Amino acid sequence: MDGGRRGRGRRQAIEKELKKLREEREELDGRIRLLESQLEVRPEGVDGAAAGEGVVYGSCDGSVACRRRRGNGFAPDGGLPADMIYRYSRHLLLPDFGVEGQRKLSQSSILVVGAGGLGSPVALYLAACGVGCLGIVDGDDVELNNLHRQIIHKEAYVGQPKVKSAADACREINSSIKVVDHHHTLKPRNALEIVRKYDIVVDATDNLPTRYMISDCCVLLNKPLVSGAALGLEGQLTVYHHNGSPCYRCLFPSPPPVAACQRCSDSGVLGVVPGVIGCLQALEAIKVATAVGEPLCGRMLLFDALSARIRIVKLRGSLPDCTICGENSVFTEQDFQKFDYENFTQSPMSDKTAPSVNLLPENARITSRDYKRLVDNGEPHLLLDVRPMHHFQIASISPSMNIPLSMLEEKLPTLKTSLKETGAASASGKEPALVVLCRRGNDSQRAVQLLRENGFASAKDIIGGLQAWGQDVDPDFPVY
Amino acid sequence: MHLTLEFGGGLELLLKSSTKVHKVEVPPKDGEGKVTMKGLLSWVKANLIKERPEMFVKGDSVRPGVLVLINDCDWELCGGLDAELEEKDVVVFISTLHGG
Repeated sequence: MDGGRRGRGRRQAIEKELKKLREEREELDGRIRLLESQLEVRPEGVDGAAAGEGVVYGSCDGSVACRRRRGNGFAPDGGLPADMIYRYSRHLLLPDFGVEGQRKLSQSSILVVGAGGLGSPVALYLAACGVGCLGIVDGDDVELNNLHRQIIHKEAYVGQPKVKSAADACREINSSIKVVDHHHTLKPRNALEIVRKYDIVVDATDNLPTRYMISDCCVLLNKPLVSGAALGLEGQLTVYHHNGSPCYRCLFPSPPPVAACQRCSDSGVLGVVPGVIGCLQALEAIKVATAVGEPLCGRMLLFDALSARIRIVKLRGSLPDCTICGENSVFTEQDFQKFDYENFTQSPMSDKTAPSVNLLPENARITSRDYKRLVDNGEPHLLLDVRPMHHFQIASISPSMNIPLSMLEEKLPTLKTSLKETGAASASGKEPALVVLCRRGNDSQRAVQLLRENGFASAKDIIGGLQAWGQDVDPDFPVY
Repeated sequence: MHLTLEFGGGLELLLKSSTKVHKVEVPPKDGEGKVTMKGLLSWVKANLIKERPEMFVKGDSVRPGVLVLINDCDWELCGGLDAELEEKDVVVFISTLHGG
């Protein structure tokens, strides 16, 4: 009995000593590798930190290159150098994640498409958690009205490219990873070349044609796609084309009608909502990269911020007859490069440019400068603002009357009365002009059409709406 | 038949009352005692939709870009238009979002 216990105690002591020695060896190995890598990098003029490589635009030549880089200090046998053990210790302490998870993460390369509301937390978390190579694609510049939700950007970067701002922020957080900024709008002609370099793609974009394009591209190159979207007070998230999950086209073979495509720049978005979805996208990307846990494949997460509800639903699998990912798909890289996604969806590859309509003859429209002259000349008129009420409350031209387009038909009698009163109040006795205004000059055309059909034959709208008014007449008028 | 219908992603804006959750009583088609998804769609169009029905339905199905979920499951896995509903089922209509 006694001898057995003594034997066990001795064994434990030896094991403990072995463990300690192994750890010391790993630490020494790590330090040696780090010093070696600095020796190797220095002669090329890059100052030791691997992150410096990312400063040179487009220098990431792919995940293979990312695996070869030494800055993260991982050896082929998976040992972790001491500084990395300390940095990622809280990851390493997770039994489900551990050294293996961290090692896989450090060897993965992830492309984030879009450095906006979704892309901000995605890029920040992926940089912080030690992804080997982080690519960011975006062709836009930082605007002041981005900052309430695109938390990666700082005021000082307004007017500068989003990718530069985002990459700088990521490098500040973690100088040991490689960050590559692709200062482009992703298009069919450049997408294959960029996406090919990465293992995983995160769709953090803001428009429909780009979503179809990224999905098709990921199918062609066989990359998992972590897709998130947010608008207003709702968000959606899923992982496409991974572990049997469908591609975007399996789910949405035909694009929705243009009128159903709301944009953040039209409908608004609460800043935290894309933040929540972006954080979850980072999480899914990490799970896919490390093969830890169950990624959101064949399922979709629906987030409703207003009612604080998250619903996870089961989706169809990939469709055998899908035109893109199906067994008999004939869609090639050449087809992809020629495919006109804007024409397919009838929407622009941007959140900003609302497609403008042209419904009225020229003589039914005036410019904002014409309207200014009309006001200055004291001509009797009624200015009808057809924006939704909450838009009218943001800013309006005084005096003007607000009847939202959706209510115009039922409020025609009210309008008639107001027009009569305006006429009676004017000295000239001339019939007052009816001028219609909205934010950009689309709804005002629809309103004038409706008005002309209902007896207001002289109604005209202001071309370009309040946006043109702010640009051409009153630079102090607040833009939104 | 008692059903809970939920509308999201902006579809709620098309309804007479723009709340997202609607607890409704949908009469089965005469004699059959069943409510199919096809029947439910035409019932929704006739009884709940206030404006722009083309933003909700196309032909006898939903318009492209709308996901339909029966008890949190893609309706494509449950039979689509022919899926038969049961008492207290929850049917979700959600428009996909593209913003970010």
